[in-house]
Amino acid sequence: MQNKGEKILAPLAGLLLIVAAWQIAAFMVGAEYILPGPISVIRSFGHNLPQLLRHSVFTLQEALYGLAIAVVFAALLTALLSLSSRLKNMLYPLILASQMIPIIVMAPLFIIWFGFGLLPKVLVVVLVCFFPIVISMLAGLAAADTEIMAFYRSMGMNRWQLFSLVRWPMALPYFFGGLRVAATYSVMGAVIGEWLGALGGLGLLLTRSKNTYNLSLTFAVIIMIILWSTLLFAAVKLLEYKALSWRRKVGKENWEN
Amino acid sequence: MMIIRVERIKKNFSLNGQRILVLDDVSINIEEGEFVALLGPSGCGKSTLLSLLAGYFLPDEGEITINGSLSYMPQRDMLLPWLNVIENACLPAAIRHSMAETSARAEVKRLLPLFGLNNFGDSLPDQLSGGMRQRAALLRTYMAGGDFWLLDEPFGSLDALTREDLQEWFMDLQQEIKCGVLFVTHDINEALKLSSHIYALSPRPGRISGEWVAKAGFSLAKRELLKKEILMALQ
Repeated sequence: MQNKGEKILAPLAGLLLIVAAWQIAAFMVGAEYILPGPISVIRSFGHNLPQLLRHSVFTLQEALYGLAIAVVFAALLTALLSLSSRLKNMLYPLILASQMIPIIVMAPLFIIWFGFGLLPKVLVVVLVCFFPIVISMLAGLAAADTEIMAFYRSMGMNRWQLFSLVRWPMALPYFFGGLRVAATYSVMGAVIGEWLGALGGLGLLLTRSKNTYNLSLTFAVIIMIILWSTLLFAAVKLLEYKALSWRRKVGKENWEN
Repeated sequence: MMIIRVERIKKNFSLNGQRILVLDDVSINIEEGEFVALLGPSGCGKSTLLSLLAGYFLPDEGEITINGSLSYMPQRDMLLPWLNVIENACLPAAIRHSMAETSARAEVKRLLPLFGLNNFGDSLPDQLSGGMRQRAALLRTYMAGGDFWLLDEPFGSLDALTREDLQEWFMDLQQEIKCGVLFVTHDINEALKLSSHIYALSPRPGRISGEWVAKAGFSLAKRELLKKEILMALQ
């Protein structure tokens, strides 16, 4: 049995060790434009905070739009695929194969097609987030208890009732698993979209600071990206906590993990 | 009035490419309001017969005629774990739109004491004991509105004390709501205690190996006699 304190303290101690090693390495390199130390990164973070937040607005907007659209699309497609096994056989391999296309090669195409605005970035996010959600939802629907389904079908449930009242709630824990992954991917997707050309955003700031050898700002941006990803992840976790409260009530899940 | 008439049905299942005859030439007749037991050893096809009546699938041969509406309760309670007792019991009404949601809820709440679920309306299935879950499933069966109930080993998963308790309660309930019941059991004492009409099914392939009827339930003395007779027939 691990106690609660150790669960929090142990990773913190690990982080502290890494930061210390980083500081020592930076000291030995001795050049800010090659490897800035954690202290100068934190200083840069504080100094550039207004700028970081201004660019965050772009990135978060893209990430959230993209995530929302991905969820809607994923839900529609999953519902469609679960209604017809023939359709599933037709499309599922294609969905899988589409994941072999590296998103990074799509981003420049999107810019050519849709310009430097919001849309191409949102599309990148949609592409990145779509897959984990669809896969987890399909797994969830496939795991449905067939005996329970047969029972409620015999009770007179039509397809839609069966889906919305039985199958979907059963698949919900799987869905949230996929959504958690997608949420962390979404910020990364937006940043990748911004790399290749944008009017604003953390991805733009990242390339710009790198090009001017302002590496402490580059690291500050990375930290900002990590912070937002973590925040989104936590938001999804909170949503899951609310939506699956019945599991907590009956002690089915250990929420400390 | 004859409510269920099963005439010379046969049912095969295929398992790993092999055809297995589960029910062979089975005929039963059940009157309105009767309390009937379908008795047989494990795997004799009695659950299959019940799910045939519930309309899960069709017989390969023979005919099933049903006059009236049936409510089926499988061996597993099938309660949805994310819904509380009231919500679970309201499901049949919600499915058929037979009742407005508020009146269905009111009806379920009114019935909670009768089903021994007072104060448990807001509990989730996994918070209930086995006996309580069974009561909740029976409440849902009641709400399904059939005038004849098909129950698949309704007390089979319970410990001996709870089973006894629930059997007594269920007999009272049946008197109260006057539903007909066909229940499946492998327990001869349960069959003799609860029902007034017993069909015995032989080991697979299931064939009717005997039928016993008493107008107002089997008396204690008759039970002992019948028990021997039925045990003989089952061999």
